[in-house]
Amino acid sequence: MDATITVQPKPATKPLGFWVNFLPPCLWLLGFYFIPLAILLSYAFMQHQYVEVIPRFTWENFAQIITNSGYRNTVIRTLYIAVTVTGIDTLLAFPVAYFLTKYAGKYKQLLTILILLPLWSSYLVRVFAWRIILGYNGVLNSLLISLGILSQPSSLFLYNQFSMVVTLCYVWLPFMILPLVTAFERLPGSLIEASADLGGHPLYTFRRVTLPLVLPGFLAGSLSVFSLTMGDYITPSLVGGAGDILIGNIVANQFGVADNWPLGSALAMVVLLLIFGLIAIISRKGALENL
Amino acid sequence: MKLVGERSKVKSQKSKVKIDRLPKLIFGTITLIIYLFMYLPILTIAIFSFSQGRVLSLPIQGWTLDWYAKALQDEQLQIGLFNSLKVAIASCTIAATLGTLAALAIQRYRFFGKNFFRAAVILPIVLPGIVTGVAMLSFFSAMDLPLGLITVIIGHATFGFPVVFNTVAARISRLPRSLEEAAADLGSPPWEAFWKVVFPGLRSALISATLLAFTLSFDEIVVTIFLTGQDNTLPMEIWARLRFGMTPEINATVTLILLFSVGLVLLSQSASRRE
Repeated sequence: MDATITVQPKPATKPLGFWVNFLPPCLWLLGFYFIPLAILLSYAFMQHQYVEVIPRFTWENFAQIITNSGYRNTVIRTLYIAVTVTGIDTLLAFPVAYFLTKYAGKYKQLLTILILLPLWSSYLVRVFAWRIILGYNGVLNSLLISLGILSQPSSLFLYNQFSMVVTLCYVWLPFMILPLVTAFERLPGSLIEASADLGGHPLYTFRRVTLPLVLPGFLAGSLSVFSLTMGDYITPSLVGGAGDILIGNIVANQFGVADNWPLGSALAMVVLLLIFGLIAIISRKGALENL
Repeated sequence: MKLVGERSKVKSQKSKVKIDRLPKLIFGTITLIIYLFMYLPILTIAIFSFSQGRVLSLPIQGWTLDWYAKALQDEQLQIGLFNSLKVAIASCTIAATLGTLAALAIQRYRFFGKNFFRAAVILPIVLPGIVTGVAMLSFFSAMDLPLGLITVIIGHATFGFPVVFNTVAARISRLPRSLEEAAADLGSPPWEAFWKVVFPGLRSALISATLLAFTLSFDEIVVTIFLTGQDNTLPMEIWARLRFGMTPEINATVTLILLFSVGLVLLSQSASRRE
């Protein structure tokens, strides 16, 4: 009986097991993620008066983001910072992932755990640690003075875009390294050897053989780092300067003290749109399967 | 003849090793520097947790264990820790259940809109936490649901679920389908075939993914800020104190948590190695 049912190419009705597996996650996502996103989207097109949200359609919130130079510049700055951080993390992650898969040998597992380990300690405190490191009486200033490079402590290291980019690169680096390590692991060594045997220069082999094959892992890591930076508001408020806030800060503020949910929703939609833009560019290359 | 051939082979291998050593050295040095970069903040926190002065700056005046005693006696930190554990355990349990179910649905059945479902499941970890946070806040307020630990648990479960899904789905795709079919052919009902055949195969992946969901929840702040009510989780308690600057008690607390985490990581590693 059972056998005849499973052999059938297309059963008319799905087996019970399918619904048991499919429905709970599907309903959870719908109820606690997609409906909330839809509500957020609808808020973005609603009017705001005093502290009231009035359910009347308007483009006003988006118009405000475009015309108000403060909001507009914040969107541009966030995009610029996110691209910079993704780029720097790429440069840092490639040699580490390459070393781990090619040269680390029996230490590979240990070194991979060491990349994961910082993620297990408080994100807030790891961000705050950079204040201690970069501050006026901080670790970096002490080091530079004891090396004789500086004669007195500098206040140039903290509360600016530099400290913000350093900290963001630091907190999101593991999200770039880990998918790259996985990608390098899957790379068949025979292809590299074949390219070398056929006279390919190592750099040529890297560009024409290695890079295309690790591209999905790299894009998955880039998406994570880009998205995490786009949405961060803790790091800018702890180590950034007064003028260095990101979109996330304004969103958090509009949903908090400023209490203008429609404007906050519209800004959150801008974040969403920018990330969907990146996804649209990279999804063809198989990045989503490698997250 | 044969001997000569082998000797020349050895010789060529030796020269190859020499050529290989330079890139190994270069990449090794770069990697070492980047690891130092990754551990500098954590080392800083750990060192300052033993520093006598209240101000977190160099030079260090002297050493003490007082901050650990203070942290262990601090009632607010204890309440926060307890709330965080409650939230993390509840949300990682939900995440493990939903993630495994979704992974089985994707890997075991063909259905309409499967690729869309897969993309939808991972969306909560693709989009930044702040979007999840404000969307859920809007939703709960529209539903008139009061904010509290329950809403925080729902928020954490929603991004923990894709984390479990990714790991477990990858594992299931590598498990041979034939074993489960053999169990069914031999008369096992589906739940028994799952429990005795499929589950042992994905156990280690499930454990490490659930532990990851647990720590992500335990440490979460971005979503929590929007969804929390009166009860503070540990990161919220730390966040509230950070406004007045970091205190050495927080350093000590975090160092203790890090030690605890190292224990958990080792546990999950030994669980996966036993398989």
